[in-house]
Amino acid sequence: MTSPQPRIGVLRFPGACDDRDALWALSALDAEAEFVWHTETELPELDAVVLPGGFSYGDYLRCGAIARFAPAMEAVVEFAADGGLVLGICNGFQILCEAGLLPGVLRRNESLSFVCRDVPLTVERNDTPFTTRCEDGQQLTIPVKHGEGNWYADDELYAELESRRQIVLRYAEPVNGSRGDVAGVVNERGNVMGLMPHPEHAVDSLLGSADGSLILSSLVEAARDRALTAV
Amino acid sequence: MLVRPKQGILDPQGQAVESSLRKLGFTVGEARIGRVVDLEVSAADAASARVEVERMCEQLLANPLIESYEIELVEQSA
Repeated sequence: MTSPQPRIGVLRFPGACDDRDALWALSALDAEAEFVWHTETELPELDAVVLPGGFSYGDYLRCGAIARFAPAMEAVVEFAADGGLVLGICNGFQILCEAGLLPGVLRRNESLSFVCRDVPLTVERNDTPFTTRCEDGQQLTIPVKHGEGNWYADDELYAELESRRQIVLRYAEPVNGSRGDVAGVVNERGNVMGLMPHPEHAVDSLLGSADGSLILSSLVEAARDRALTAV
Repeated sequence: MLVRPKQGILDPQGQAVESSLRKLGFTVGEARIGRVVDLEVSAADAASARVEVERMCEQLLANPLIESYEIELVEQSA
């Protein structure tokens, strides 16, 4: 018997641009991926949710600030509160921070320039549902493309996050001015993660790197486990 | 209302403006860039208008992690 395909929803906001890549990558990694429109007030039966990159609502006011009030986001907040797996990529990370599901905030890059290139990352922990396919301390190469990826937390919050090991990915070189070179964080419970790099753009070595598939296939596997236990 | 980066928070936009002003030959200290939001609110009195705008700031208009805000009320008759 083949194991069931987990159902993963990809949220679509006006201004999203990486939603198709996310859907394609998740499908290629053997998930049943489907779009969820931002006006939906309820999520379908899902084993995980992905918030893709883009410029939701034009990034007006602050990046992610408007999207967090989308009807579908309220459903995502509930889904996360029930322990559901949520991964936010780039703009998705910004939205999760604005929604209070993840700690910190993403500010304009220190250089004021948009950064678009492959960056080296270090996996700080591989015991989250999003990194089980990685080795602890492994170096990954995954592209970033953002103008506002400069993650910030004040001293107190940063120390708390360090002590609770909520920092999952760091840049192995300075990229955008992010505090502690933080590239990805997880919530305290460990079921919500956000990262600025784009794993969905790095799932085939033809495109430069397949390291992103380690992150996404970890998620697919964790979602599959949930689908199995739910049966 | 006026939203601005909190003291001690890096403001790259302000820094860019500051260095441009210096290149133009102006003698300036630190430049910080915020945002002005003009809002029309109808309320019974100034106090209740302020409470309402404070709620807007907390929920949407400012991110308290990095921004502070000030509210200035200007009365307009209908």
